[in-house]
Amino acid sequence: MSKQEDQTTAVDAKKTQGPAGPVILFFIIGFAASLVVGWGIFPKLLYSQKHQPVEFNHVLHQEEVSDGCESCHYFREDGSFAGIPTLENCMECHEEALGESEAEEKLIEEYVIPEREIPWLVYSRQPACVYFPHAAHVIKAEMACETCHGDIGNSDRLKVYEENRITGYSRDIWGKNMIGLKKNTWDRMKMDDCSACHVKENVRQGSVQTTKGGCFVCHK
Amino acid sequence: MKIDRRCFLSLVIGGAAGTALTPLPWKLTDDSSIWSQNWPWTPVVAKGETFYETSACPLCPGGCGIFIRMVDDRTIKIEGQAGHPVNDGGVCVLGLSGLQLLYSPTRVTGPMKRIGNRGSGKWEPISWDDAIGEVVAKLSDLRANAQPQKVGCISGGRYGTIPELFKRLMAAYGSPNTMTVPSLQDSLQLTMKIMHGSDAVFGYDLENADFILSFGSGLIEGWGSPVRMFRANSGWKENGIEIVQIEPRLSNTAAKSDQWIAIKPGTEAALAMGIMHIMISEGLYDRNFIEQYTSGFSGWKSLVMEDYTPDKVAAITGVPAAGIQKLAKRFSGASRPLALCGRGQGDEPLALKEAMAIHALNALTGNLNQPGGVWAVPKPDYIEWPDIEMDDVSENGLAARRIDGAGSGKYSLASSLLNRLPDAENDYALEALLICNANPNYTMANARAFQEKIGKIPFVVSFSSYMDETAMHADLILPNHCYLERYEDLPVTAGMARPLIGLARPIVEPLFDTMNVGDVLIRIAQELGGSVADAFPWDSYEACLEETLGDKWEILNEEGFWMDEDFEAAVWEDAFATESGKFEFGNASLDLSPGFNGLTPEGDETSYPLVLIPFDSMRLSNNAVTNPPFVMKTVEDTVLKGNFGLVEVNPETASSLGLSEGSIAQLKTPKGETRVKIHLYHGVMPGVVAMPKGLGHRTKDTFTAGKGSNINELMGPVEDQASGLNVAWGIRAKLAKA
Repeated sequence: MSKQEDQTTAVDAKKTQGPAGPVILFFIIGFAASLVVGWGIFPKLLYSQKHQPVEFNHVLHQEEVSDGCESCHYFREDGSFAGIPTLENCMECHEEALGESEAEEKLIEEYVIPEREIPWLVYSRQPACVYFPHAAHVIKAEMACETCHGDIGNSDRLKVYEENRITGYSRDIWGKNMIGLKKNTWDRMKMDDCSACHVKENVRQGSVQTTKGGCFVCHK
Repeated sequence: MKIDRRCFLSLVIGGAAGTALTPLPWKLTDDSSIWSQNWPWTPVVAKGETFYETSACPLCPGGCGIFIRMVDDRTIKIEGQAGHPVNDGGVCVLGLSGLQLLYSPTRVTGPMKRIGNRGSGKWEPISWDDAIGEVVAKLSDLRANAQPQKVGCISGGRYGTIPELFKRLMAAYGSPNTMTVPSLQDSLQLTMKIMHGSDAVFGYDLENADFILSFGSGLIEGWGSPVRMFRANSGWKENGIEIVQIEPRLSNTAAKSDQWIAIKPGTEAALAMGIMHIMISEGLYDRNFIEQYTSGFSGWKSLVMEDYTPDKVAAITGVPAAGIQKLAKRFSGASRPLALCGRGQGDEPLALKEAMAIHALNALTGNLNQPGGVWAVPKPDYIEWPDIEMDDVSENGLAARRIDGAGSGKYSLASSLLNRLPDAENDYALEALLICNANPNYTMANARAFQEKIGKIPFVVSFSSYMDETAMHADLILPNHCYLERYEDLPVTAGMARPLIGLARPIVEPLFDTMNVGDVLIRIAQELGGSVADAFPWDSYEACLEETLGDKWEILNEEGFWMDEDFEAAVWEDAFATESGKFEFGNASLDLSPGFNGLTPEGDETSYPLVLIPFDSMRLSNNAVTNPPFVMKTVEDTVLKGNFGLVEVNPETASSLGLSEGSIAQLKTPKGETRVKIHLYHGVMPGVVAMPKGLGHRTKDTFTAGKGSNINELMGPVEDQASGLNVAWGIRAKLAKA
């Protein structure tokens, strides 16, 4: 290696150790931009907004039925929970139009007449690997529907369904709040929320749920 | 300001630091884990109402009741029916996988007519009207020419309305050529006919027996009613009941028995005679029964005493004389000993003399129609249809000699001899053949010859739900519903001690354009017109079934089965309908000697120094039902490795042939040859090669086709002199390194 070349390398080395200003500036730019992306853009990108196939008014229906939530969200004879009503349930009353609302007209024309099930978007649908028995909670532990589902029974319309583009499940499982803060029991329904309540209520600690095979109680 | 590499790095670090303070990484981690735990192709049970339907499993003759777990109108899982007299909640691997037969890619999706050469796989979908019309046209033609005997029929089942409707159609039409797929039941029924004089079937009160002597029966490998046998076996184990397995190969049953007697293949009858020799000479038998309720004992006794001394039997069977002595004492010393016959799953008939020798053992102990014994159970007798009014054509046709020769000449004892079809000689040839619930091109010994013979029949109609080896070579397929889509009564005769009927019920709407074969038969008959139509007065198969079953219909629909709870086997005074009115050891009409030494397998010893024997497994369905994928997955890699079937060879034999574990060899018999892999196994005796049944399908089914070889292409039939049935227990073979 020649002497001249040696000198050039030394000068380059000095240059790269130049003033800290731009470096700090770029750090700040990167830092700020990522905050904007992470807090502002990411949640918008992550969730798609979907509307329910048919508008539904819980308040209106509550007034018409005698048995509260269980009129439509009932337990079957074998103890399993029927969940979201099927078209058959709707048709018990809506075989023909009862009123003049647009939503009912849509129900009759698009679903009742062609006998097509309504593809409801279910806010509380847990991933397929989660097994949740309603009977154990509602019948045995006498929990109120609101504890997990909130006051949906008194809503007059269905909110926009935000679907997680990666998982395909509702935003309500993780919760509206991106960092997972919750005020109400129904704000979020992840596994930690299940266990928090089980610990708080002292549910069968030391039973099969907390021993070696415990995973398979809820994850079949 | 100069922007350099450091600025870029700084931007990235800043971005990373900032990102860590946003929900992005944590949320993405969580979401991707949920995503990866719920791949779209992971099967997930549909949401909906969950309930159970009750039905009966027709996949083997076992007669299990099944529960089908449903979500709304979808089948989810098959389970054993709790409380059912056969399986009480248990289910076998095949029954469990039945849903894969419903959704099988090999299902025939509608009536089809062949357009290419036979077996070329070129089909044209046609309508049901046209399909039935074609059959009717062909049958009408033959009848118009007064040749109804030229129509043959192969029926898989034996009892129940579907086989009976086939028989009735053939009889009303005027053909004597209804053939059933042979099995152990044929031999047992002849035995019952000769020794008890009745048309009853063999029932075994297994649960109350206290000593089990099995002559090669795969007690936990599918013999009788498989799930009932598992339960009986557990009961024996719990109660310390001794099980002795006599078999040339260390099968699972042999491995789980208390004693395994490795016998030379095919010599089981001689061992039974040897045991009787000891029992008679030492007076270890039920004198009261033998003296008062049997006939022909003295002839039998002299045969046993002269020709089957322990030394002679030891020479024939390879079982030492002292061992025979001990075995005879243990057997006769038990209070309710049972001797069972039928090799493996009992798919193949048994030499009549072997079945009789083993039944005679039971008779010697007096354990007939007694708790823990062999029971004569009446044949299913609930089908009472009015007699057929025949016209002249039918009467003349029925008078013709059967194509398989059964019922006349030297085959006068037999009622059906499907095994003789390839070689059958008669003054006429079949012009048309109807095949239902049977796959003879795969299941019959010398399968290739069957394919060739059936290939020569000008008009072959298959009613198969699946494109099996026989349907592939048919001219017309009129696909039956899958068993979960149809009604069918299933009388159980597989050794149950009480009369029992199961009912397969339509659990789901038919997936394809298929039709219940019962309805198709009724339509064919009605379109044929005249006296044939008059014999089929029903509007539909369901109406026929409902009328036939009478007051059992409702019970069957609710419970899934009907059983004659109060049935008790007849007392000895009334039990035997032979001429003498007694249990018959053998009368003048039956040549007793010789013939208990076992039949010689086909092939000469010099060219074929080894003997090939088949074995059965719960993991390989070898009847008309092809293994579903789930069951295929359970096959051990000592049986099937990749596409190679393995044969079991004793290490001694293998080393003399220069073969070792996993070597590839050419297996040749007088009937065919195939390439196999070698599995060294001490549980098979030197000179013997054991090969599983149920492999080597030649269909287009990606799950089973081309996996291993079909032993039925290597085996040939050996005719039983007494019955004409194929009773081959093996064939001579040669193994050479390939």
